[in-house]
Amino acid sequence: MRRQLQFLRDYKKESIIGPLFKMLEACFELIVPLVMANIIDIGIGSQDKSYIMTMGGVLVLLGIVGLVCSLTAQYFAAKAAMGFGSALRNALYAHISCFSYEELDKVGMPTLITRMTSDVNQVQTGVNIVLRLFLRSPFLVVGAVIMAFTIHVKMGILFLLSVPVIGAVVFGIIHVTIPLYKKAQGTLDQIARSTRENLIGVRVIRAFRGQQKERKAFRETNESLYDTQVHVGAISSLMNPLTYILVNLAIILIIYIGGMEVDKGILTTGEVYALVNYMTQILLALIAMANLITSITKATASSIRLNEVFDTEPGMSEGEHDFSEMSAEDGPKVQFDHVSFAYGGSEEEALSDVTFEARAGQTIGIIGGTGAGKSTLVNLLPRFYDATKGSVKINGCDVGEYTYSSLREMIGVVPQKAVLFRGTIRDNMKWGKKDATDEEIMEALRIAQAEEFVMAKPDGLDEMIAAGGKNLSGGQRQRLTIARAIVAKPEILILDDSGSALDYATDAALRKAIRSLPFDMTVFIVSQRAASIMHADQIVVLEDGKTVGIGTHEQLLEHCETYQEICMSQLSKEEVRNHA
Amino acid sequence: MHKKGKIVGRVIGLIKPYMHFFVLSLICAAANVGLTLYAPILIGKAIDCMMGKGQVDMTLVIEIILKLGIIVLLTSLSQWLMSQCINKITYHTVKDIRMQAFERLENLPLKYIDSHRHGDIMSRIITDVDQFSDGLLMGFSQLFTGIITIFGTIGFMISINAKIAAVVIVLTPISLFVAAFIAKHTYEFFRAQSVTRGEMTAFVEEMVGNQKVVEAFSMEEKAKEQFAVINENLRVCSIKATFFSSLTNPCTRFVNSLVYTSVGIIGAFSALKGAISVGQLTSFLSYANQYTKPFNEISGVVTELQNAIACAGRVFEIIDEEPQKEDAQNATTFKTVSGDVSLENVAFSYVKERPLITDLNLTVRKGQRIAIVGPTGCGKTTLINLLMRFYDVQEGDIRIDGSSIYQVKRDSLREQIGMVLQETWLKTGTIRENIAYGKDDASEEEIIRAAKAAHAHSFIKRLPSGYDTVITEDGGNLSAGQKQLLCIARVMLNLPPILILDEATSSIDTRTELMVQKAFEQMMNGRTSFIVAHRLSTIKGADLILVMKDGHIIEQGRHEELLTKGGFYANLYNSQFSVS
Repeated sequence: MRRQLQFLRDYKKESIIGPLFKMLEACFELIVPLVMANIIDIGIGSQDKSYIMTMGGVLVLLGIVGLVCSLTAQYFAAKAAMGFGSALRNALYAHISCFSYEELDKVGMPTLITRMTSDVNQVQTGVNIVLRLFLRSPFLVVGAVIMAFTIHVKMGILFLLSVPVIGAVVFGIIHVTIPLYKKAQGTLDQIARSTRENLIGVRVIRAFRGQQKERKAFRETNESLYDTQVHVGAISSLMNPLTYILVNLAIILIIYIGGMEVDKGILTTGEVYALVNYMTQILLALIAMANLITSITKATASSIRLNEVFDTEPGMSEGEHDFSEMSAEDGPKVQFDHVSFAYGGSEEEALSDVTFEARAGQTIGIIGGTGAGKSTLVNLLPRFYDATKGSVKINGCDVGEYTYSSLREMIGVVPQKAVLFRGTIRDNMKWGKKDATDEEIMEALRIAQAEEFVMAKPDGLDEMIAAGGKNLSGGQRQRLTIARAIVAKPEILILDDSGSALDYATDAALRKAIRSLPFDMTVFIVSQRAASIMHADQIVVLEDGKTVGIGTHEQLLEHCETYQEICMSQLSKEEVRNHA
Repeated sequence: MHKKGKIVGRVIGLIKPYMHFFVLSLICAAANVGLTLYAPILIGKAIDCMMGKGQVDMTLVIEIILKLGIIVLLTSLSQWLMSQCINKITYHTVKDIRMQAFERLENLPLKYIDSHRHGDIMSRIITDVDQFSDGLLMGFSQLFTGIITIFGTIGFMISINAKIAAVVIVLTPISLFVAAFIAKHTYEFFRAQSVTRGEMTAFVEEMVGNQKVVEAFSMEEKAKEQFAVINENLRVCSIKATFFSSLTNPCTRFVNSLVYTSVGIIGAFSALKGAISVGQLTSFLSYANQYTKPFNEISGVVTELQNAIACAGRVFEIIDEEPQKEDAQNATTFKTVSGDVSLENVAFSYVKERPLITDLNLTVRKGQRIAIVGPTGCGKTTLINLLMRFYDVQEGDIRIDGSSIYQVKRDSLREQIGMVLQETWLKTGTIRENIAYGKDDASEEEIIRAAKAAHAHSFIKRLPSGYDTVITEDGGNLSAGQKQLLCIARVMLNLPPILILDEATSSIDTRTELMVQKAFEQMMNGRTSFIVAHRLSTIKGADLILVMKDGHIIEQGRHEELLTKGGFYANLYNSQFSVS
């Protein structure tokens, strides 16, 4: 947790004031037994009623001051801890935002989501506890030991010896339970995962009558969480009984030694009472500490998991040039120069030695079988991934030299999975261009063949889209994602299998609309459908990450066997010929 | 308040099955408290043996402290046993409530799942249940010992001196009032915190879950800003909830110090009069501490329980959600279905005010292949929802082999229908498990046969662990096409008489497509098939093409018929090649 404490830096004042006032409160608490010992020894001993009343007044005063201190401490601790949590969350979010696709693949979204939510909460709770209570307990312990020394040195030594023994028990148990808590958290993750799975996959699960099975699987995970929790519980609940035994052993010794010392006249009865009282205070403080440590253990486990995220460093560094600085008029718009790529440490290359060029305004079709590397290829353009070998150039400059935002603003991407976000259709369109006017949005919707259905919505552009676009059909979502990419009139447009949810007519109309745009847009169409790419200026045929053919439909039909097979499987002979 | 009471009642209902642990924990708690309370009396007696210099009865002191030793051991033992019971009760209850929530999830109508944020449902089943667990654990371990301590102490105090006991009993309830007052006001704060947390989880689910898209549009900054707003709200809510709930402790502690002081003064005066001994005064002081501590704790527990109840309430909301309509009482199961399907005067809409399908009629003979085509959003997916009974029709009826699907058990209906959806969903688990999802007892040969039929066998073989390869949560290690192949294999394993293919072939490996189509051809042979198709070859081979628009079937017939008709379909078909 130490590393995350930096997020308290804006709350230095609060994180000092909080514990400080807690300690003050503890100080006053430590004085109470002494006052009471005096009441016993002096007040009762010498029958002094007014002394008893005065000391009573002192006790009330101590109570009031203690209350004020405590309230102050609570307020500042809460403020600091919640501020801390907030800063930590912002930092974590910012860190995740810097991840490239490589890191996102590696860590996985679901993990990131749990860490972002429940782990941060745990750590925040831990900090609050540390600020509020954790210092108080050790302070009470130390204070009680010092008080014991002031009363009687031999007793002080007894106090000094018992504290480490008790401490050893406390920390020994914690040491054992930390990994167990981690395990429990892992199982909880699994539960979260299967819940999410059951939400997303609800249709398939029901279609395959898997509910019973899912219940069973959930039950098993749930059982194993239970087992771990009970196991950890059994160990950590040893803490209180063991410490209780140890402290009372010490009290027995105090009474024994105290009895002999009182007999010799070295100690008074009131002082023995005070000593017993201090030992009890130590016990209470330690029990409080033990309980707190359980919470802190959880926080630590979460904290370690957060560190794992913070330790994941973005593997790519951002370039410095703005896209607009480097606009070269002549020369190819996009160049792939002996590009190879392998996913995160994988031996096998997803793309190997791909070389081709695209001129401004050209349409490039990319076709090939599953896993041929089509998506991988286009993902290199906006630098979602970096090529492992070779270079990808836009406007004659390696993509690595541009700033992310200038590069990505110039490239409109329509990803395979049509993701929209909560908000109105207009909000979603503005993802493409922050200051897009309604005219620009409508134009993009028209090109994306979405105008008709958007206008048919009662609220038009103000129609709300639910999370994940659940209130739209797959095709509608896809068309909106296309429109979103076009709003900014990007120089390069990537349609990554984006026609898959569209029917042929819409797909065709879309392609036609893109062709007739009044400005130059280099378009990459990734598709499995020959019909979607056969009119492209250049078609790249991929197979197992290698280019097996580059050319126009006619050229490829002549020379590229793979391409021929693809076409024959999808189109009738007559159709293939008609368009050749 | 009434609602809260109801929630509490239900929590108690949940605990009922673990009554034996509960009773045992109560017995242990009683023993523990009794023994704990006896200790001060012994200590007081020991102190009474030390009247001053030369007036100490060491033999009696030793006798007393030996007794004390035994008491301490027994106290520890009972405390440990009590913790064990409490752990079991809590974790059992939590396990049960989570299971109930999950069970309900499996039974919720699709309408609920489609229209609620997954993040919110998740946060209820994961975070809220977790917080509920924390609250319960604390509640049990401190609430009951607290209550027993209060009554035990009263008993012991009265046995020593009724007058001083009366003072304590009268004064202490003040701390209860204080605690109750604070608790009442913190409930709302906790609820607000819970709601904001839900909002944050939903946001993180959406944004971090789709981080790739966020980055593609360089929206990191904007998302960060939005996140910061929610985060700030959460910070403010949390400070309030944390601070106000933490008021309880210091406030009640202050009341306690007043009680302690009163006992000190009145006790000292009584001692002066000789009504009690000094040792008894020390016992009293120790009781005054012990007596007020449970009030402290109880109030702390109450605030924690407030939170737990607020959380439980949110979980119960899911459990209480109206489940999908039960299968009809006299629901039958299908024996052997031949596959005649008819829709009669079907009307359906997702939102009442916006009719989608009105008066749809359709008769399909067994073994026919029905291709459903039409512009996106025309109601094709809706048809699947209705056939599978993901949603129920509002008017009319759907019949299979003449019997209404609403008179048949859902599972039996779904068993007759094989479904491949456009959006592939696979479970976390091995490939083998995924293929055998609909048939647990499938043999290895069956699985391989299904995989081969779906042309998935060869790529599976090439994976590092073959059929044992574990598919990660979002199937990230497989390409879209490979996932689709697995979904097909899943259906291939157990071919039902009716098939629903939702654009199933749209992202299948193009090269093997021809073979897959042949396999489909075989699969569909003799089976009634509904294909939401975009592929002309599929459409052409259909026995019946349904052309849908705006929820209506506007044309139906075979390919050639529809072409000669020159209507909507003909337009649709021709438009595909009207691009260049």
